[in-house]
Amino acid sequence: MTVDSSAARKPRRSAAGKAGTTGSKAGTAGAKSGTAGNASGTTGTKRTTRTSRAAAKKSTEPELVQLLTPEGKRVKNAEYDAYVAGVTPEDLRGLYRDMVLTRRFDAEATALQRQGELGLWASLLGQEAAQIGSGRALRDDDYVFPTYREHGVAWCRGVDPTNLLGMFRGVNNGGWDPNSNNFQLYTIVIGSQTLHATGYAMGITKDGADSAVIAYFGDGASSQGDVAESFTFSAVYNAPVVFFCQNNQWAISEPTEKQSRVPLYQRAQGFGFPGVRVDGNDVLACLAVTRWALERARSGEGPTLVEAYTYRMGAHTTSDDPTRYRHDDERAAWEAKDPILRLRRYLEAANHADEGFFAELETESEALGKRVREAVRAMPDPDHFAIFENVYADGHALVDEERAQFAAYQASFADASEGGR
Amino acid sequence: MAEKMAMAKAINESLRRALETDPKVLVMGEDVGKLGGVFRVTDGLQKDFGESRVIDTPLAESGIVGTAIGLALRGYRPVVEIQFDGFVFPAYDQIVTQLAKMHARSLGKVKMPVVVRIPYGGGIGAVEHHSESPEALFAHVAGLKIVSPSNASDAYWMMQQAIQSDDPVIYFEPKRRYWDKAEVDAEAIPAPLHKAQVVREGTDLTLAAYGPMVKLCQEVANAAAEEGKSLEVLDLRSVSPLDFDTIQASVEKTRRLVVVHEAPVFFGSGAEIAARITERCFFHLEAPVLRVGGYHAPYPPARLEEEYLPDLDRVLDAVDRSLAF
Ligand SMILES: Cc1ncc(C[n+]2csc(CCOP(=O)(O)OP(=O)(O)O)c2C)c(N)n1
Repeated sequence: MTVDSSAARKPRRSAAGKAGTTGSKAGTAGAKSGTAGNASGTTGTKRTTRTSRAAAKKSTEPELVQLLTPEGKRVKNAEYDAYVAGVTPEDLRGLYRDMVLTRRFDAEATALQRQGELGLWASLLGQEAAQIGSGRALRDDDYVFPTYREHGVAWCRGVDPTNLLGMFRGVNNGGWDPNSNNFQLYTIVIGSQTLHATGYAMGITKDGADSAVIAYFGDGASSQGDVAESFTFSAVYNAPVVFFCQNNQWAISEPTEKQSRVPLYQRAQGFGFPGVRVDGNDVLACLAVTRWALERARSGEGPTLVEAYTYRMGAHTTSDDPTRYRHDDERAAWEAKDPILRLRRYLEAANHADEGFFAELETESEALGKRVREAVRAMPDPDHFAIFENVYADGHALVDEERAQFAAYQASFADASEGGR
Repeated sequence: MAEKMAMAKAINESLRRALETDPKVLVMGEDVGKLGGVFRVTDGLQKDFGESRVIDTPLAESGIVGTAIGLALRGYRPVVEIQFDGFVFPAYDQIVTQLAKMHARSLGKVKMPVVVRIPYGGGIGAVEHHSESPEALFAHVAGLKIVSPSNASDAYWMMQQAIQSDDPVIYFEPKRRYWDKAEVDAEAIPAPLHKAQVVREGTDLTLAAYGPMVKLCQEVANAAAEEGKSLEVLDLRSVSPLDFDTIQASVEKTRRLVVVHEAPVFFGSGAEIAARITERCFFHLEAPVLRVGGYHAPYPPARLEEEYLPDLDRVLDAVDRSLAF
């Protein structure tokens, strides 16, 4: 990343400078697409796995809960319609607004990374419906355990989007107080947070409260031992937790088929709780299914696994190069299922929104982009002594000693620049 | 036959050679196949050796190391990749409680020729868990061997030797040196895997380092030379076992030692070196063994890492302090 170091100190010696380098070169561009035809990574595999995978896939397609088709048509669903029965046109416009602004924020962050203002960015492009639908199903007293891509959920929790950017800029390793919005810090180590969510939910039960917890993770994360252990604990203790897996089809370069032979939502069955697959690009369906799962949690029925079937339209992060492992036509197919476009079609067809609404939103969207841009550029580098802050709650003699050494060392440069050395 | 190549490429070539020469060698990890790894260290290997030898694994580190143990029991020689330093901990249980102890528990009947590759260290402006140096956490565990090359040539040869070793080797790759180029001679006779090297001769003080800090120490020696000080630089190459003989010989000559690593100083590998060298060279030392490394604090966000990581000035400062005794 670019480091416009504000450090006032001058090196004492002229020789080679700092070790600082430009950002990771992991995502070198220019690679060609992989082998033709099969994006699910089965090229060259032998024996029966190919057919069994295909069969598993086919048989489960109809089980996807959908309330809005990609064309924006409202379809009836006997089980889940009740959970969105009270959704007004104003609510729908609200969901639309959330998705548009989240996408705008995400695009701005991607651009800021390209301009060197952020070291890295994990884009949520394509996953807006999964995040806004589930996020808007939550109550204020519910608690969210996100991974690193849940910018839309953060938005629903009222976390200022500029707060999400500190860790990607490299000025902190978190950036917000998890307890002020019941939105935990982003978790980079895959799967860890699902256990924290379960423990928190166990605490809710102990307290006799009726809040619920939602844990976000990816299809790749579903392979981690921690995730399996969180399923076990939540089932055994009947914890009020909703496991919300955004299956965006890829874990960096690996397709979901490299993580599981059965559709992910079916895993829940083996742990003794229900799993459901929802159209992750359908905000209404995501809202309905998450409400259902939260209601189960609140009424003492324990955990639920929701698999939101969606797609990561961009790269894994800004240092990834998806052309090495997937085809453009795959993205094109998913673009036709775009979550924002589909709700817009519905709003227009049902006369729930007029030109004025869309124009106003466009203005608001631009303003958000500008605000984010300015906030990031104005974000100060942390004080050097931040290294030693909050290492312990109660203090620690060694940290105090090292801080003092650090201070003396820093001071030696000031002396040097005054010709003292 | 020598060819100039970057360290990442050298490791790639080394893996390629191992896959070619021994059908039992496997490469396993997240994204190592089609993508060629996030650092492209395994680029092209799956294309040439197929999915049964270069294996994209599920996203599960405990699973990766645990199954590598099983494959080793079955006669394979897995080389597994942990994508970044901070992600080895889900596998730490398997490495520490199983991989390290299998040979001893089987009364020597079972060999564990498993290589665990870990890109480690900071200085690339990454986010949390992508810049750590956890080598001491592994060095404390008997049964594991721990190495870290500092240049492309060593990276090439040490990988060959690690794969040939019947013991588990944790192979720490200094990710910030991945793009540094050096001559690699595939016909050479390499130094033994666990032998330290004198990479610069000097008379006034010894700098000992491994992995990413060797280059820094060479720069420090250059800077010190301009001030008329002659520093000897050691590339330790192996953290476990540690080549104390080479360090001792150097210290007996220079009488001063500064150890440099990125990991926190407290309970770090420098502590072990300082203690042993004090014991071995007590009457030769003109100054206490000094250490330069990270603080007892979490690895900081990218914009502070230059304050955290040892740099030219901090090492020179330690050199001055040592010489002032
Ligand atoms: C324990 C661990 N291993 C590896 C990584 C590196 N890594 C970061 S994201 C990622 C893929 C995650 O895929 P998925 O769970 O499907 O979530 P997505 O990013 O697609 O939303 C990997 C391998 C990590 N962060 N943590």
